[in-house]
Amino acid sequence: MRHLLDIADLDRNDIERICERARSFAEIGGREIKKVPTLRGRTVVSLFLEASTRTSSSFELAAKRLSADVISLKATGSSLDKGESLRDTISTLTAYGAEAIILRHPQAGAARLVAEWAEAAVINAGDGKHQHPTQALLDVHTLQNRLGSLEGRSIWIVGDVLHSRVARSNIGAFLTMGASVTVCGPPTLLPRGIEALGCRVESSLDGLGEADVVYALRIQNERMVDAALVPSLREYIDGYQITPRRLGPRQLVMHPGPVNRGVELASELVGAPNSLIAAQVASGLVVRMAVLYEVLTRAGGLSAVPEPTPPRSTTPTTVRSLTPASPIGDPA
Amino acid sequence: MSEAERMVGRDLSPASLLLRRVSVLDPRERIDAPHDILIEGGEISAIAPPGEAERPDGVELIEAEGLLALPAFFDPHVHLRSPGQEHKEDLETGTRAAAAGGYCGIVAMANTTPPIDTPEAITALHQKARRLASIPVGFVATLTDGMRGERLSEMVALRSAGAIGFSDDGLPIRSAEMMRRAIQYQRLSGGFISLHEEDPELSGLGVIHEGEVSAALGLAGIPSISESTILARDAAIARYEGGRLNFQHLSAAASVEALEVGRAGGVELSAEVTPHHLLLTDQELRSLDARFKMNPPLRAENDRQALIAALRSGTIDCVATDHAPHHADEKEVPIEAAAMGTTGLETAFSALFGGLVEPGIISAATLVERMSAGASIVGLEPARIALGRRAEIALFDPKASWVAGADGWESRSANSCFGGRTLRGRVMMTVAAGQIAFRRRNFAIRIAR
Repeated sequence: MRHLLDIADLDRNDIERICERARSFAEIGGREIKKVPTLRGRTVVSLFLEASTRTSSSFELAAKRLSADVISLKATGSSLDKGESLRDTISTLTAYGAEAIILRHPQAGAARLVAEWAEAAVINAGDGKHQHPTQALLDVHTLQNRLGSLEGRSIWIVGDVLHSRVARSNIGAFLTMGASVTVCGPPTLLPRGIEALGCRVESSLDGLGEADVVYALRIQNERMVDAALVPSLREYIDGYQITPRRLGPRQLVMHPGPVNRGVELASELVGAPNSLIAAQVASGLVVRMAVLYEVLTRAGGLSAVPEPTPPRSTTPTTVRSLTPASPIGDPA
Repeated sequence: MSEAERMVGRDLSPASLLLRRVSVLDPRERIDAPHDILIEGGEISAIAPPGEAERPDGVELIEAEGLLALPAFFDPHVHLRSPGQEHKEDLETGTRAAAAGGYCGIVAMANTTPPIDTPEAITALHQKARRLASIPVGFVATLTDGMRGERLSEMVALRSAGAIGFSDDGLPIRSAEMMRRAIQYQRLSGGFISLHEEDPELSGLGVIHEGEVSAALGLAGIPSISESTILARDAAIARYEGGRLNFQHLSAAASVEALEVGRAGGVELSAEVTPHHLLLTDQELRSLDARFKMNPPLRAENDRQALIAALRSGTIDCVATDHAPHHADEKEVPIEAAAMGTTGLETAFSALFGGLVEPGIISAATLVERMSAGASIVGLEPARIALGRRAEIALFDPKASWVAGADGWESRSANSCFGGRTLRGRVMMTVAAGQIAFRRRNFAIRIAR
């Protein structure tokens, strides 16, 4: 895999492979020294040109767990703030020998452009309202851990579909994994033509009972009310808030975070037994490790899962020198 | 001042040419057969059966068998970016691009920096055009002062200075009342009024056509009703006031319907369509390539089909390119930040010839008529290949095949939505205002002296 720009770049086998590798990485987090030298000496740039907490921190930690050198840049205080073009910023990073660029950008297609310009592998960490493929991967991973397979499952994505890159990525990923997808929200928050992606479109939660998984999207108050896309928050809550009353105990609930408690999701659901929200955050870390591994080693098959190396090994180990091997064993 | 006097270009020596055995296609003159065409002193002095015209001394002979002689094209809607944005285009490069595309006249829009809204600006542009323009150019002035939509520009003074018409192109006239006053005042000033029809609120922050592609890409959509509703509004005002309006760059099936309804009462309405709206759809945007970002946006296939049908039937009067040069820096950014527009003058006829004529979707005669009909909108006579007429001829090689942009552009800008595509047929020479305005470099081999 050269870049990860769009969830449509991945077929079912690719997604399975990345999730499988993420599961093998999960074990590292249980070690006393939570680090493997897999990407030692590799340079990873994290370029976040839009506010983010969990995505940027989990990418950064993922790179560090794999021993990569990480540079983290943000829009504020960078040359982009001084009017430097994105293209020139990318040239600078290329000159540093950056091998992977993790890009969050407020505009659709930014990651694809950077992939054209940069020699580095590009990972799209969210471009405008377009795509957020690692979110989709971590959500698939989370669901696989809980349900085994997504095949034949019904997943409802509820809320502001119009402005959601998470919805667009997840519709693609869930369909690829064999689930059926329904998007649901007020008609003013459903983009015209969304059904062409292969999902069902609803404007009422009446049929929610058939869902195995309910995925609530974040509602941005200012956007909703100031732009008058819904009459009021109260009316939205009446129609679309996911509440314990609307949700059966066996229906799982997910959310990409950060949650507006009491808006799109009833507060008590966040920590409920059928909530996967904490599991999603944990998945984020290992899935992003797996994605970094994929793009930096141009990995194709599962055979390339790295051997664990002793934490204090003095022999520099590069990924290329690793022989195809079994899943990660115990640390020495 | 006649409309023809408002078209200004360089004065060169008049052409003297003999086009031998050239296939003449002029639907207005009902000619579709090989002929010899003799041009002397810039005028068509003989149209003879093939091989029979004598070559007078000092007349250049072009063995043109297999080439088409077409009435040269007219574009009522281009952006030459002067004054103020000469890094994108200027009168010299823009008219050279037009000449290379087979045009004998173009009309430049007024959304420059600053906008062309004073008589002095028109005078200055005419002076410039006399030095720099390869083909005659007409300049519209803004319809409202500074394109702000708050009060009319000095329409009478602007006409006296030579403005060929009025347009706030790039922006719609938001207020229906302002639109009404403009149509009322047109009775005094004359000149065509050309309108960019768009409801700014419906378009919002839209980037591309609203439909399945915008939904898939998460881009804000520009709905087709953004265009059709304002078009319907202005057609109704024109009917009420008895005005004459031109609608620019129709993009949607709904707009064609609104135009048909608007015309029902006998209102004088005309309409343009661009080559890109006739040939491309919003599916091109799946690549997120900013070269396909224009306003109005490329729309869906059913819109494209409606535009083709309307051009064929004459509901849409003419092809206009909306030639919109932009610097590379303005396109090498994410699509939401990119400038809107594509160049078009150098590719228009070839793209349409290969895309619509060769597959049999529209006849060559109809396309040729629609490529030059823009002159009528402006109030000029379209080019004709007829005895005694000032020569305005595009010499076209229908068998040529070329990759758009591969050997550069005459335009200063390269933002062509057809760039990199193989196009069929190519303009080899253009005679405009009785002068040789363009001659393709490798065309010399066909010329015997």
